[in-house]
Amino acid sequence: MSVTDRDDAEVLEGLSSQLAMKTLPRFAAGYSALIAAALTAVIVALTPAQGIAGSLVILFLLYMVVQTGWSFAVEGRRFAVDRLATTLVTTMFMIALAALVWIITSVVIRGLSSFSVDFLTSTMRNVSPLREGGGLLHALVGTLEQVGMAALIAVPISILVAIYLVEYGRGKLSTWVTFFVDVMTGVPSIVAGLFIYTFWVLTFGFERSGFAASLALTILMIPVIVRSTEEMLKIVPNDLREASYALGVPKWKTILRIVIPTAFGGIVTGIMLSIARVAGETAPLLLTTFLSQSMNGNLMAGPQASIPTFVWDQISSGTPASIDRAWAGALVLILVVVIFYGLARLVAKLTAPASE
Amino acid sequence: MAKRIDIEDLDIYYGDFKAVEGVNLAIEPKSVTAFIGPSGCGKSTVLRSINRLHEVIPGAYTEGKVLLEGDDIYAPDVDPVNIRGLIGMVFQRPNPFPTMSIYDNVVAGLKLDRSKAKGKSLDDVVEKSLRGANLWEEVKDRLAKPGAGLSGGQQQRLCIARAIAVEPQVLLMDEPASALDPISTLAIEDLVHELKRNYTIVIVTHNMQQAARVSDTTAFFNLAGIGQPGKLVESGPTETIFTSPKERATEDYISGRFG
Repeated sequence: MSVTDRDDAEVLEGLSSQLAMKTLPRFAAGYSALIAAALTAVIVALTPAQGIAGSLVILFLLYMVVQTGWSFAVEGRRFAVDRLATTLVTTMFMIALAALVWIITSVVIRGLSSFSVDFLTSTMRNVSPLREGGGLLHALVGTLEQVGMAALIAVPISILVAIYLVEYGRGKLSTWVTFFVDVMTGVPSIVAGLFIYTFWVLTFGFERSGFAASLALTILMIPVIVRSTEEMLKIVPNDLREASYALGVPKWKTILRIVIPTAFGGIVTGIMLSIARVAGETAPLLLTTFLSQSMNGNLMAGPQASIPTFVWDQISSGTPASIDRAWAGALVLILVVVIFYGLARLVAKLTAPASE
Repeated sequence: MAKRIDIEDLDIYYGDFKAVEGVNLAIEPKSVTAFIGPSGCGKSTVLRSINRLHEVIPGAYTEGKVLLEGDDIYAPDVDPVNIRGLIGMVFQRPNPFPTMSIYDNVVAGLKLDRSKAKGKSLDDVVEKSLRGANLWEEVKDRLAKPGAGLSGGQQQRLCIARAIAVEPQVLLMDEPASALDPISTLAIEDLVHELKRNYTIVIVTHNMQQAARVSDTTAFFNLAGIGQPGKLVESGPTETIFTSPKERATEDYISGRFG
């Protein structure tokens, strides 16, 4: 028996077999956290480092150093890197999640305090900012009308553009269309509002209305729907198109009856998400329809309220009663978006390619 | 119903690249013609040019003639959509339409072109086609279930049923069994034997035993060299090609010395 063999035998002592290797104890993460906490306490006590946020950062950094170092010493490099990456990924996820949970809980808690059926069924007509009461029915109607009209215009245009790009577009024109869709994706919403204001109101002389707002929202929706629809059409396997052609089915019918039904769930999800996105736009609405305290069901004439501008208006008033109404308005807006999203998931599920 | 095909001086291009050169081949009606050859030699390309499916790839075109019972399918006033109704195709990977039931998959070609469905009972077409594809007994109780829920071999037979439901005159098969297990492969080969009675069949295969088992005529394709177009080396009765080929390259390929 050589020297090396004996050394190996000593290293492997206590392990179940030659294949087994040393690992950290089961609650290594917990122990590391405890050690890191103790070290943090020492650092906070002995150095000028103060405050909860600072302590948390120190704790997190120490935790990573302790666990990675310990793992490196016992388990080796690959496991140490694995633990480090796992910790980083988990932490970043929790930070992102914390922000989301924080926003939603504060909106729900503060919004619920002044939320009632009355809030959904009355308007702000003749309600003083100082008084409690009133509601956002006018804003809810406005948002549904404006977003509905925007979707009515944007969806057919976007889907046809996406079909052109995926199924027909070759050469210069499709390159340019793709380029402009990309540019449109980056247009700030207030620019879309300004464009419709100068084009629709100043140049053509139409009055500011909910419809003008819909046009501005349309500009924001088109690139989002084109992009998502394009992606969905691209993942429809070419095999299916060829199978259809091979049956003697013309191209347009193949697109209409095979490609679109196959991608339908994804297309609908994309549309719903774009609707959810523009439902919260404020700036373009202020430019194109401004806001209103009373019910205006007519999309084509006069200022029309909407939930985002309602929230903005109530916050601007600044009285305790109106700030409460703003929170309740924010809650309704989130609910509207959640309902849209839920509908999208439902439609996507119902139309998903069938399999047993 | 079955018609003959004559390929005359066919060159096939992908843009500037000449993929296949100078193919001359007669495909007899009511027989099985197998295309064999190493990967990339253009046999699938030739197959796809027989129903003008080749040209759906941007930049792809052909020169020369493909005659269906004497009529050039590449004549300027011929609509490729009509050609594909006459010359059906089965693909390498089973590709039933995922949004459709078994029933709807079979009649997809008829439903998507109502003029073909005129005066026909779709139920009869479904039963006849599925029987023709040896799938009827297995699926007759679950026609409303999605086609994608079948096994790979069943899906491929469903695709064959779908192809024969539009009553084509020629059936092209692009490695129809290469993605299937041996038992499903056998089922497909038996089916090819039966379909031969009514259809002209062209089958591309990498499996030489399969070519020997199912085909009456065999055409061997090969590349002249790397970057050069594929060519039809020789064709003839399968028996002859497999026992006494004229060309050295054919013999080498068949005896497994290359490819």
